[in-house]
Amino acid sequence: MKLKEIAHSRTGDKGDISNISLIVYDMKDYELIKEKVTAEKVKEYFKEICHGEVKRYEIDSIGALNFVLDKALGGGVTRSLALDKHGKSLSSALLEMEI
Amino acid sequence: MRSIRIGAGAGYAGDRVEPAVELMEKGNIDYIVFECLAERTIAIAQQEKMKDPTKGYNGLLPERMRRILKLAKEKNIKVITNMGAANTKAAVEVTKNIAKELGITGLKIAGILGDDIYDSIDKYKDNEILELGCKLKDLDGEILSSNVYLGAESIVEALENGADIIITGRVADPALFMAPIIYEFKWGLEDKFKMGQAVLAGHLLECAGQVTGGYYADPGYKDVENLHLLGFPIVEIDETGEFIVTKVKGSGGKVSSATCKEQMLYEIHDPSAYFTPDIVADFSKVTFEDIEDDVVKVTGASSKHQPETLKVSIGYKDCFIGEGEISYGGTNAINRAKLAADIVERRLKLIGANIEEYRVDYIGYNSLYKDSISSPIKPESFSEIRLRISGRTKERKDAVLIGNEVEALYTNGPAGGGGATKAVSEVISICSIFIPRDAVDVSVIYEEV
Repeated sequence: MKLKEIAHSRTGDKGDISNISLIVYDMKDYELIKEKVTAEKVKEYFKEICHGEVKRYEIDSIGALNFVLDKALGGGVTRSLALDKHGKSLSSALLEMEI
Repeated sequence: MRSIRIGAGAGYAGDRVEPAVELMEKGNIDYIVFECLAERTIAIAQQEKMKDPTKGYNGLLPERMRRILKLAKEKNIKVITNMGAANTKAAVEVTKNIAKELGITGLKIAGILGDDIYDSIDKYKDNEILELGCKLKDLDGEILSSNVYLGAESIVEALENGADIIITGRVADPALFMAPIIYEFKWGLEDKFKMGQAVLAGHLLECAGQVTGGYYADPGYKDVENLHLLGFPIVEIDETGEFIVTKVKGSGGKVSSATCKEQMLYEIHDPSAYFTPDIVADFSKVTFEDIEDDVVKVTGASSKHQPETLKVSIGYKDCFIGEGEISYGGTNAINRAKLAADIVERRLKLIGANIEEYRVDYIGYNSLYKDSISSPIKPESFSEIRLRISGRTKERKDAVLIGNEVEALYTNGPAGGGGATKAVSEVISICSIFIPRDAVDVSVIYEEV
């Protein structure tokens, strides 16, 4: 199953750091993503894009995880060579992850 | 119980103006806030001001003011905005003149000054740059602007002095929204729960349409109606700190727990420690409740301490980016695009282009996610592929070579390349230092019509 079937996501940017939220549509799926979508798994998944640490924050009250990816925006939004300098589309990439 | 209604009139510098007018006409709001400053906006505005000392404020300020000042006066809606950008004084002057032109009287316009510390930035040459790890004096590139992220305090002062229109330069986005709340309810740092809610209200509102269904729709997964008529958000907050997020009835878009959750986590790192100049907020226990269509109740935010330092955003001339694009179509398009990329790479080496970082993208194939994520999603073959080659250089002359070599593919490259484009841009980057809170000297100026 792709994460897209059970969760939605939005990406934010600050300098060279991207944060990607993962929010379940239904609270019953929260424990599943908490178990399956670890910081390590996300770091491996984005290995060609993120060249730093990945931290995961759990927001139990709303059924969401927040991934903070260091060195993920090509040196920073202002100087990145990427077409999507803000990494806005990374949210859609995370939702393609199979669990 | 007393409550106030605050609307968000803009979420970025060039945002649509009609939703703001709609909010003022039909939203029954007491305050409207226009947030118009992205990270780099001031550095760019500063360059405009250097060329023409009467410029350097938000380019849409005159149009926005022409469309809203009368409404603000008639409906007694106070306006708060960071459209001053690099020249708040000039923005106040322009706004005053527009009010006069429109025949409006009895309006007090305030300008918040003091965020611009460009003239004294040398004092901080030994401060460490957050993003680069070196000292400010070792920054490679001419400094264009230095602005402190101010908090809500001076806006509250302007409200206490009866200002109707308040124009600022760099102020932390949530603070623009927190100021009227703090002013109305007289909350202080000790009101941990209420101040946390105030920060959250500001954070949810600061990108305007991003909490009312904008940037959310995904057909079949997350449907949103009438995005072409997207309504901007309203927060109604009462003196206990509880608030609802809503929008004008009949406007396009959608306010739901899900839209609020996405926006709460937007540009947030640790949800239990969200730093603003006024206070460190804690969103880790927030809950959203859909109480009716397009009305969401928000509770559970809290706050911690006030940070001892303030962040200074420094704009500097960093480098150049050169780029070129060309499209290939039909069977084997990807292989012709790859051949083209190989030719450009060899050419740039051959002619000695000095390039610090180089990147090749195949748009429609791997330009967003590179290969490991793209491969499982991509189709067997492509009807078209757009090659994009970009490089970062220290000198403009090297950046120019990149686009030129892509363009040369027309007559020198693989068959059927079309639609070549090239561009060179000077990159203004942003870095940050932290300075003591008491080193900043903020003042408020007033003009009346």
